[in-house]
Amino acid sequence: MPGLYSSNSEVDLDRHDYLHESSPEAHGKLLLHDLLDISPILSEAAGAIVDDSFTRCFKSNPPEPWNWNVYLFPLWCLGVLTRYVVLFPLRVVLLFAGWLIFLPSFSLVHFLLRKNDKLRRQLERYLVEFICSVFVASWTGVVKYHGPRPSMRPKQVFVANHTSMIDFIILEQMTAFAVIMQKHAGWVGLLQSTILESLGCIWFNRTEAKDREIVVKKMKEHVEGTDNNPLLVFPEGTCVNNEYTVMFKKTPFELDCTVCPIAIKYNKIFVDAFWNSKKQSFTNHLLRLMTSWAVVCDVWYLEPQTLKPGETPIQFAERVRDIIAVRAGIKKVPWNGYWKHERPNPKHSEQKQQGFAESVLRRLQER
Amino acid sequence: MGNTSSMLTQHDIEEVQEHCNNLFSQQEIVSLYERFCQLDKNHGGFISGDEFLTVPEFVVNPLSQRLLRMLDGLNFKDFVAFLAAFSSRATVHQKIEFIFKVYDLDGNGKVTFNDMLDVLRDLAGHFISEQQRKQVLMQVLVEAGYTENSLLVLDDFVKRLSYHSAHSVSLELS
Repeated sequence: MPGLYSSNSEVDLDRHDYLHESSPEAHGKLLLHDLLDISPILSEAAGAIVDDSFTRCFKSNPPEPWNWNVYLFPLWCLGVLTRYVVLFPLRVVLLFAGWLIFLPSFSLVHFLLRKNDKLRRQLERYLVEFICSVFVASWTGVVKYHGPRPSMRPKQVFVANHTSMIDFIILEQMTAFAVIMQKHAGWVGLLQSTILESLGCIWFNRTEAKDREIVVKKMKEHVEGTDNNPLLVFPEGTCVNNEYTVMFKKTPFELDCTVCPIAIKYNKIFVDAFWNSKKQSFTNHLLRLMTSWAVVCDVWYLEPQTLKPGETPIQFAERVRDIIAVRAGIKKVPWNGYWKHERPNPKHSEQKQQGFAESVLRRLQER
Repeated sequence: MGNTSSMLTQHDIEEVQEHCNNLFSQQEIVSLYERFCQLDKNHGGFISGDEFLTVPEFVVNPLSQRLLRMLDGLNFKDFVAFLAAFSSRATVHQKIEFIFKVYDLDGNGKVTFNDMLDVLRDLAGHFISEQQRKQVLMQVLVEAGYTENSLLVLDDFVKRLSYHSAHSVSLELS
């Protein structure tokens, strides 16, 4: 389908498919009331003001309170007590113990085995998988993995939908991936520059325009290498609330390699795993998880996909997003996740303007 | 109504309902309030232009800038009154009145040639030249019996827009 396409913006070729079906082609001579009647456009604007699919992607729906009656309230209080006073301290101890084992072991392996690269990397992988399992245990994570485990081969990249940074931890406990991540501050950043660096993770900076080229280059190099950990990318570029997916960035789909989709779906009954980075820090997010009963989720490793002949990377990205959305039972919306952090480009209204302009000029000629 | 409170009392709802001429049910007003609070991120009691611009679906609308001038700084009561024209209970006349207000931004009750040119520019962007815009507008105005210097009032709009079937003025919330 013809459309606006430019290679350095994220405008999607097929995006106008999602916009409201174009109003039926108006015909006949152009009259005054055709120009004055702006009601459809106003209706669309009002519709967006009242409810829009973009905001819905980042809304956490709090569960209905169920505990307000004589029987249930004391039970609920008991539950809160158990979670905060019994489970939470146990989990903290567990986490602490895990780190106590991990940190010295990792440093030892990292520094002592400088010469023996292969063994060092293998041990580092096991250790990272170990500490991720500790993390998962610290929220009583019950993760069900479906499908064949990822194997370590070149020319493949893994993509998954994104709900929270714990997605990474959940996937990492099974396979030591190398991830593309936003560089953070604080203790997370420290972990990133030390431990995750050794896995081959790649950092990006959302705010830098030039950064994109550098990252793409690093990604290409990574997938070519035979000994590198499999590359994991979250193409949405931001955390979404696990009920919707936003548009995938096309970068992992134009690396000229196989794309292996992974779908992750959290069971909301136990806890809402969505991390709204604007509302809470990662530490608070983790604390909330550690004081809940459990984090229950399903992970599906889906069939690897390759670019079909005649398919553009954007179409490929959408096809894979379809596969993931269907498997995880979440809905697709046609919006760019980055608009959570910056204002959308008004250039996107040009498509509508063009349609209108053409219709007017055409009808002007009719008698 | 407390600007900073996030709870609506029955009294508040009735006040708002009266202000919008009963064009929304109480349930609809409650839903609109949830939405208002969602958009009013800094809880100032009104939605600023910037806050509207965080909604991509709104930003890509060709008339968003024009509407922003009507929407900027509205408190909840006025927000509901603004949206009232889109209610299914609004009459065709009320809907046409809204359309007139979009054209007549300075609120003096008269829509000039330039007002109509402005709206046409918003709708067609740079895909129609300035020259063509003037030409198009002149042609349809003359056809309808007006001139370049005519000042259209609400009645003109009512006449023109209700002339064709009422379906043509489809101002509603999906």
